[in-house]
Parts: sequence; structure tokens; C-alpha cells
Amino acid sequence: MSHSHPLPLKRQGEHLSDDGASAIKPSRLKIAIPSEDSDKKNASKRLKDVEICVPIVYGTIAFYLGRKASESQSHKWTVYVRGASNEDLGVVIKRVVFQLHPSFNNPTRVVESPPFELSESGWGEFEIAITLYFHNDVCEKQLDLYHHLKLYPEDESGPQSTKKPVVVESYNEIVFPEPSEGFLARIQNHPAVNVPRLPTGLNLPSPVSIDTMNDKERGDTKDHPLSQWFLNFSEADELLKLAAARQQVQAHIVKLRRQLSLVEGLPQLSKPPSGYECT
Amino acid sequence: MDAKDILGLSKNTFPPLEKKSRPPKESQRKPDGISREVYALTGGLAPLMPAIEASQLKKKPLPLEKITWQWLPFTSSARKDNLQLYHWVRVVNGVPPTGDYSFAKYNKTVDVIKYTDEEYDKYLTNPMWTKEETDQLFDLCERFDLRFVVIADRFPSPRTVEELKDRYYSVSRAILVARAPSSGDVAAHPLVKEPYNVSQEMERKRALSMVLSQTRQQERRDEEVLVEAKRIAESRIPPKRVSIVHQAPPLVVTQFIHKGFLLVPDQIVYAGHQDFFVAAINEIGQKHHYPHCPILNHVLNDAFVDIKHVAEESQLAASNAGAEVTERAVPGETVSPSTVQLPSMVVPPTLTDNASTLASLRMLRVYLRTYALEQMVQAANASAGLRTIKRVEQTLQDLGVNLKPRVPTKAVCAEHLELRKEILTWLNLQKQVQYKEAEGSSFRDGSYSETPGTPKHLHRAGDQDRTFVPDAVNFGVERIGKKDQKRKAPGAPSAHKRPRKLKASDL
Repeated sequence: MSHSHPLPLKRQGEHLSDDGASAIKPSRLKIAIPSEDSDKKNASKRLKDVEICVPIVYGTIAFYLGRKASESQSHKWTVYVRGASNEDLGVVIKRVVFQLHPSFNNPTRVVESPPFELSESGWGEFEIAITLYFHNDVCEKQLDLYHHLKLYPEDESGPQSTKKPVVVESYNEIVFPEPSEGFLARIQNHPAVNVPRLPTGLNLPSPVSIDTMNDKERGDTKDHPLSQWFLNFSEADELLKLAAARQQVQAHIVKLRRQLSLVEGLPQLSKPPSGYECT
Repeated sequence: MDAKDILGLSKNTFPPLEKKSRPPKESQRKPDGISREVYALTGGLAPLMPAIEASQLKKKPLPLEKITWQWLPFTSSARKDNLQLYHWVRVVNGVPPTGDYSFAKYNKTVDVIKYTDEEYDKYLTNPMWTKEETDQLFDLCERFDLRFVVIADRFPSPRTVEELKDRYYSVSRAILVARAPSSGDVAAHPLVKEPYNVSQEMERKRALSMVLSQTRQQERRDEEVLVEAKRIAESRIPPKRVSIVHQAPPLVVTQFIHKGFLLVPDQIVYAGHQDFFVAAINEIGQKHHYPHCPILNHVLNDAFVDIKHVAEESQLAASNAGAEVTERAVPGETVSPSTVQLPSMVVPPTLTDNASTLASLRMLRVYLRTYALEQMVQAANASAGLRTIKRVEQTLQDLGVNLKPRVPTKAVCAEHLELRKEILTWLNLQKQVQYKEAEGSSFRDGSYSETPGTPKHLHRAGDQDRTFVPDAVNFGVERIGKKDQKRKAPGAPSAHKRPRKLKASDL
């Protein structure tokens, strides 16, 4: 397969602190309130009745290089994990590791900050393993996703266009069934996260923000260069279809139930004399 | 010989002659000790140098000491009568071995307490035992080293082993405590620390004998129950929050197959009150002349504790019903509390599967919505066969629904799951209708009549080539359009063993 070919997109893990004086300017300093010890303890307490849900979309976009294509590098593609509404996932995800085909140089690519994406060029399709690592107060376990990189379009009519990429995206939701209070406090009103209505009287500790939150670059993908190709995922359509299907099935069930009760009522009347006619 | 043939020489020499000529040759060649061929490998000559040095071979080590065996007398400290016996002794350098007879150390005895008459009157009197009997008991204990089975046999009056043990231990205990300068001294003595418990012992022995006298069948049922209980216990272990709406805790115990004393509950689903449950067991036990089912109690108690825990938790959850619960509520399947009857209602397994799947999901710190949906679908499919599952999926496709939702949000997944369950119900109903009608038709047609295309109940197998699905069974109900528009061409042979007669799916 091809060698890695760095593209002018953002390099992973790089902080834009070329001028050394103003080093990394974390926009959010650690606001840990040293006063309450109970707060700290509470931060790790887990809430049983709250389920936090993070809708994400992950996938690949692949462009044919056309004239610039070579034997070993015919396509330029990007694999990414984004918020479903293009919000910044950095509040939840600490880093993402993309495991590429072994023929790539350094096939394990780590992306330390949002937007969690990786661009490469190559010629072959393969399965990319995407591992999400969450912040410490979110979850200690990692989560694995798998995505098949698609370079060639479905319909093979005509030459490939360099303008229209092959986009394959999957929608999914990360569910944290028993989030810690600290986590909840931190992301309570963040747009990337769906938090259900909290039980009343819940005393959350004051939010402690994460270290090394690099806010120099935006973590959201709202104005991402590839955002024009992002697919739309609306649950409304699906819900409608499901509701319609359910209605149909329920109607059938009702009819059958009626039938069943009729059939059950009748066998006692049977044993007719011969010559019974069936129509 | 053949060589001579080849060379054309005369074949004058007869075999005996040849044999004669051979031996001198052989004696010339063959050395002692190795076969001719092997010797021939060396080139026919003896080696010039010996291959192995004689000094390299193992030599018998010279004995350092002089050992003889002698027939000598001996005594044993274990004997009190100074009996002198003889045995072979390994004598080293003329010195016979010293020391006691080597087996004397195994002559252990028990220290049976001896009480005086005063002590007896002070501490040991007991309405059930006379002094005589107690004395006899202790004497026997001394003689037989506390082998109570033997003692019981030899005891003049008929007493059970447990009674004897009880008396012995309580007497010993009392004496110990009485003689001890302070209670603290003897507190550590095993007799004091763990007193003999007659009833417990009797129970234990009875249970043991029951276990040991189980037939193979009973053993197998034992295992089944244990496996079942284990399964239930494990699925119940994380009963943190069970979001299922149900009313009063139902007791559902179904189909107790009972032989011997072991009951195999087919589906232990919920148990509301422990008393209820145990009462059920006991009632069943009594019915079959086994007033106590120790194993069953033990086994089911373990499983039961978790079940009860779940029931309690679920009651709490039900009272805190939130948005979550309504979304996930299993449609319609509430179970009414039943009195203890056999056999009673069956709670559909959907409830338990749902609960256990949810619980197991909650054990994960993080999971994907699609994964959760998969698990729930699997749980719902657990009761259905492979063919049914395929039919469900086919139905989904026909309805224009993705087998895996494209936008798996919480709501979508819930709807999808519900849809699948409804399709399952529908398919089950279809089957039921079929069966009912099949039964009906077999009632009707007692003989092999010619009604076209009516597969008889007896003729079910292999009747696949009907081209038309007639309304063969008509109980006066109107049927409009019997053909199946759903997926199969009308009358196309279905893959089922019992061909569908009526497809009411399109009505």
C-alpha cells in the first residue's frame, strides 16, 4: 500500500504555539474549587437514573485524485469522528486512535484533540478500527468502532470524478448509563451531549474542566472544509416509517385475533353429517 | 547360486554341498557377540581400539558400611504386657538399631474424662439418663475410643448414636467447665467452643442419606435445577434498576415435574414474597410425601434471594416510573398475582430477557446504541427459531424498514424493537390460526374424503403441490381473498411442514 503522504490538513496533535512566549493558552484554566472536599467526592459518585447520550457520526470521505493519481496513491481520503450536529466532541472524547492497514507507515495514528480526523492517500479499501478514549471522569473503558473505507463509487459508470467524493458515514450514539456527577456537571449544557431531564433535587458539584483543553483551534466541525459532504441523519423519517409499519402490523394482529376467537368458538359445532359442503 | 547361473557356470553343486561350503566361510567371518551383518558394517575387521573404556562403565560402589540382616527380638512401648516378638532387623556395622518400635507412635488414644461421683451429683445429673447408664457409656467410650457406632451397638439399652454423643459431649463439657479455674481458660477448648447439636446432626445425617441414596434420575434433575438456579441468580445479580411496569409482585411457578424430592421449575420468573414461594415448595413437597426438601430449599433459596431482590427493586422502580420506563414498557404483559396452584400462569420470557439485557447493559460503563439494540433484539429472538427470525426480517424488509436502523437514536431503537416484537406476535398468531383450523378440519373430516386440496391432518407431510388454496375449512366465516399477497405467490409451496391453508395477512 502507499506511504503516508502528509496533507495540508491539520496535523494531529500539534498545538499552534510556534511563538514560544505565548505557549499553549488554555482558555479554560483549571477551576478546581479547593474548598469542598465533598465536592470532590461527589464528582466521582455515579448517578443511576441518568443516561447520557452522545450522538456521533463517523465515516470516510474519499476523493479520486484524477490526473495526480499514481499507482500507489489514487485516492485521497479522510476518516473522522464528528458530533452528529457537528458540535465539539472534545468534552467527552480525550483522543481517538485510528488503526490503519499495516501497509501504512505507522499504522496506529493517534489524534489528541478535536476535530478527530485523519487524512491519508492510498489506493486500497480496508477496515479502519477507530478507538475512542474518553476523559478520566467520563469512562475508563475505551470504545471500538469499525468502518470500511470505500474509495470507489457504487455505480461504475464512467470515469471517477475528482469533484464528487465517495462518502460513507454511520450514525451512532454513545451511551453512558451511569455517568459520574463530575462528568454530568461538566457537560450539562453542552450542545454535543444529550442529557435527559435530571431528577429534581440533584446537587451536582461545580464543574471542573479538563486540563489541556486546547481551545486555540475549534473542536467542532461546523465549518469544516468537508462539511458540505456530511450526510444528514434525521430520525424523523425513520420514526415515521417505523410508526407506519407498526400500525400495519398491529392491524394484522387485531384481525388475526378476531379470527382466532371465531375459530376457537366453532369446533364444538362441527362433526356434521357427510355431505357437508365447503365453499 | 544365481551368480553362477548368470556367469554360466555349471550348476553341479547341490544345496547340501553349498551349505557345506558356507559354514567354513561363516565361521571365518562371524565374530562372537554381534550379528554377521552388523559386523560387516565395520568392514569385516575388528576395531583396533576398544570403543568404550572399561573404566567408564558404572562400577558398583563399594559399600561404606557393613550391612547385615538379623532376626532379633523387640518390644513396643504401645504394648503394656512386655510381649517380646521377633523380626528382621537391618544391622549396620554390627550395631542394631535403637529406639522404640517404629509403629508405636501410631497408638493414639482418646482422653475420656473421668468424673467422680460427687461431680456427677453436682453437675451431671439429667432426667433422661441414669448414673448407671452414664457410667456405662463412659466405660464404653474408653474401651472403644469414642467409636460411637460400636458403642451404640454395645450399649445395653437402645439409644441412638446421636443421643449417646449428646450425652457424652454435654457431660464432658460440663466437667471441663466445672473443673476449669476460670471460664476463660477453657473457652478455647473445642468441646466448649462448639457444642454438639443433636437436632442439627440428625438433620444433617438424614440429608446426607437422602443425597447418597438418590437415583440417577434424581441426580440429573438436581443438576438441572442447579443450572437453572445459577442462571437465574446470575441474571439477577445486577438488579439495580429494572424498568418494567408491572403491578403486584406476581408469583409464577410453573410446571413442577416432581419425582422423588427434586422439583424442576421450568420457569422460575418472579417470586413476590418469600413465604409465598417457600410455602409453595412445601406444599408441593408435602403433597408428594416429602415434607422437607432440603436441597431444593437450599438451591432455590440462593436463586430466590436474587429474585426477591429484583422484585423489590422493580417495585421501587415501578413507583418511580419516569420517561424511561414508559418508553421501554413491554406492551401489555402484566401478570396477575396467582394463588399457589399447580400449574399456574406462565410469564412470557420477554420480561425477564428485557430486564436481564438492560441490567447487563448497565454493567458496561459505555456502549453504543446499536450494540444495545442488537442485544435487545437477540433477547427478543431468543424464544424464536431460526426460521421465525428469518421471517421477521423478511417482513421488515417488505414493510420497507431497515433491518438495522439508519439513525439509531433512542426513540428509533425503541420503536424498532417494538416493531420486531409485534411482528413476532403476528407470526405466532398466524401459526395459531393455522393450527386451530387444522384441528378444526380434522374434526370435520373423519375419513379420507376427496375435498380438493384439503390436506388432512393425517396427510400433512409432503403435500406441497397444490396450486390453489381453497377455502377448505369453512365454519361459516366469511373469507375474502385467501391468497397470500405478502411474499409468496398464491399457493406456492411453502417451506413449512404444514402447508398454510389460509393466508389472512392481506385482509
